[in-house]
Amino acid sequence: MTPGLAGFVAAGDDAATWDDVTVGVLAALEQGFTVVPEHSGAAGAARRRTWFDTFDWRLYRADLILSYESGHRGGELRLSNLSTPSSPSSPSSPASPTSLTRPISRARLTSLRNATPATAPAAPAATEIVQPVTGWQASRPHGPQDLPDGAIAARVARLLAPRVLLPMVTVATVTAVTKLLNEDGKIVARLRVERPVITGVAALPPRLTITEVRGYPGQARRAARIVSLVAGVLPATEPLFADALRVLGRRPGDYSNKVDAKITAGMPATEAVAAILLRLLDTIEANVPGTIRDLDTEFLHDLRVSVRRTRSALKLFGDVLTRPPAAKKNGLTEDDVARFAAEFKWVGDLTTPTRDLDVHLLDFEETAQTLRAAKPDDLEPFRAYLKQRRTKEYRALARGLRSPRFVSLLQNWRAALTKIQDNSKSAKAGTTARSGQSGRTAGETAGTLAAERTRRAFAKVAKRGVAITPASPHDSLHDLRKRCKELRYALEFFAPLYDPVAYGKVLSDLKRLQDCLGEFQDTEVQIGEIRGLATSMLAAGEAPAVTLLAMGEVTAGLAARQQLARADFERRFAAFADVDGQRRMSVLLRGGAA
Amino acid sequence: MRIYATYNIKGGVGKTTTAVNLAYLAATETGLRTVLWDLDPQGAASFMFRVKPRVKGGGRALIRGTRALDDAIKGTDFDNLDLIPADFTYRNMDLLLDSARNGGSGAPGGKPARKLSKLLAPLAAEYDAVFLDCPPSISLVSENVLHAADVIVVPLIPTTLSVRTLDQLTEFVSGFNGHRPDVVAFFSMVDRRKTLHRDITENLSSERKDVAATVIPALSLVEKMSVERAPVTVFAPRSSAARAYRALWSEIRARGD
Repeated sequence: MTPGLAGFVAAGDDAATWDDVTVGVLAALEQGFTVVPEHSGAAGAARRRTWFDTFDWRLYRADLILSYESGHRGGELRLSNLSTPSSPSSPSSPASPTSLTRPISRARLTSLRNATPATAPAAPAATEIVQPVTGWQASRPHGPQDLPDGAIAARVARLLAPRVLLPMVTVATVTAVTKLLNEDGKIVARLRVERPVITGVAALPPRLTITEVRGYPGQARRAARIVSLVAGVLPATEPLFADALRVLGRRPGDYSNKVDAKITAGMPATEAVAAILLRLLDTIEANVPGTIRDLDTEFLHDLRVSVRRTRSALKLFGDVLTRPPAAKKNGLTEDDVARFAAEFKWVGDLTTPTRDLDVHLLDFEETAQTLRAAKPDDLEPFRAYLKQRRTKEYRALARGLRSPRFVSLLQNWRAALTKIQDNSKSAKAGTTARSGQSGRTAGETAGTLAAERTRRAFAKVAKRGVAITPASPHDSLHDLRKRCKELRYALEFFAPLYDPVAYGKVLSDLKRLQDCLGEFQDTEVQIGEIRGLATSMLAAGEAPAVTLLAMGEVTAGLAARQQLARADFERRFAAFADVDGQRRMSVLLRGGAA
Repeated sequence: MRIYATYNIKGGVGKTTTAVNLAYLAATETGLRTVLWDLDPQGAASFMFRVKPRVKGGGRALIRGTRALDDAIKGTDFDNLDLIPADFTYRNMDLLLDSARNGGSGAPGGKPARKLSKLLAPLAAEYDAVFLDCPPSISLVSENVLHAADVIVVPLIPTTLSVRTLDQLTEFVSGFNGHRPDVVAFFSMVDRRKTLHRDITENLSSERKDVAATVIPALSLVEKMSVERAPVTVFAPRSSAARAYRALWSEIRARGD
């Protein structure tokens, strides 16, 4: 038996059905036990639980659930494993029909309360950590620094950074506990019926849990068996917070910045391109509110990446949107596409200053620790200046993102792409109706487009990379980096069309080359920025000599890193684009075009 | 973890009712994680908590260590309070404990009089308080209990002989090497209408430090525990009996501080 699972859920969609199910459960249990309502403890008490995760579900993706529950004596944070048991008060685990909640031994709970990552047991059953917390507000975002010192912070802080925890959903639950007595009148198990409600939105199906009394596992199993056989009782296969999110039209893990548009090799190229661009637009839009609220730096980062991908996509295959007959029907001309591309460049430029300053600030601690001659504290005026500049740049960014220009750009872009997609689908449907065939598409398909454009992007990378010698100017490497990004995006856009193994091989070599080129260019950009900032600080009278010296040391460190990256380039490029690399790309694209 | 033992050589003086009530108060009102071990083969404490007086493998398995004490624990109906039930085989516990001395298979290794201490040691991770309800006897079991306990709670019937018994016990314990438990006696089943009871309780409580000021009166509610099968504080929380046990528990705790 798997210990400590949540139990059951009542089937049906309405309160009357749910009540019938719980009445049926009690009637069934009366056949095997004396059934007595419990009027103390959690019985009848309403409690509010809020689940927290980052916008991109870092905890959920790491198989973790973090929730907060307020109580009379302060609040409590609870971190548990998604796939392992939790205590009765956190009915958030999947269940099997005969599952029940086993009391965790007090020794184990104690050890968990005091656990640190170094000492926490690795066994899955030992992953529930409960920790008291004060001053935590269920309705507000919380940074990792808001977590109280202890086992939870030790477990998740590094995983979260630089993201904040957001309240995902709050559920108020009223619990009724029923004691199950044996022939001696002894409590041998309990039935907990939890009625969760998303206040002001909807009630959720009741959850029924059999909890074990220590030393009476057989009786609890018997009770669980009885419950499982009652009509309308289903095993609880999803955590409560997943139920709650579904009511809100969401699901755990529903945000990712990946380009995972639903495309197939056989679909019309126009439709595939529109689907990819719409997916990118979804990501841009999803990140706008968080960027405007300045919740954490990753909103802006993801927004920028999606804008950059959009611009690359337009460059790589924007012409597909303007080709007749699509252009005729869709009304997009080359000028339209060029105008959208220019507008997205404007968005990119709008976001650059804030992001550049974010990068400096995010790396600040690490950079300060690398100083040898200067002291980390010497850099503090620099940090203060960066923050001040960041505040100013962020205001300009937020104004831009709230501006009619930006709002109408997204609206018009969505309208145009949706129209293209709809027209493509109706055209396909018409063709199918006329020909009587399905699954065949006239004109260019996503597969052929992917192969052709990716091959072209690869050829550019190969050609320009080969031309680079140790004497080449820096700009040639910067240009190659841009071409590599385009190739990377091309590969990612059409990833669903490729063999995953071949795709993985090509991408991992490309990533290494990009890392090398990124290090080479980013360090150069940062050196330039630090020089500019030093000049500005000096002009503003905010640059103590020790700070300028420390900044100088930082730039020296960056220059050393740039040299290392430059020295590594030939090896990285060869690994990606030599004869074997070309063969790997060829294999990938042949498979993709199929 | 603090270990309390209710002990008296005589039977019928209120050891079990004391252990049951104090353990209940420790768990539910003081909030200590508590376990009560019913060492009396008659199983009265187990009966009070409606737990069947049975341990898989019997006393032998526990003493030999083939079954961990942890496995024998039963949850009671009350928060924070668990029970290790009695078993009829406990009547032979003396022999099991003694077999260590004889090189037998009963208690492998260690001194026979300290075996119980060793068995209880692992519970420290899980419990704040352990109550041992002892059978009435002078035996190796009681010697083990006296060695294991931090506090020996001795219910006394207000008679001259009872006082003599207390003296004997105190003297016996004072001869221990190393760890010596505190001995706290109190008068139990006191009938205020009896002059002898009044005299003895009033005089001794004031004269002797090892006798608590609290007395537990002879009340029918205490007798009723075996009918209700629950601590008196559960079914008569505001009764004078409940008040008396609260006062006793408070006094015993205060002595430990």
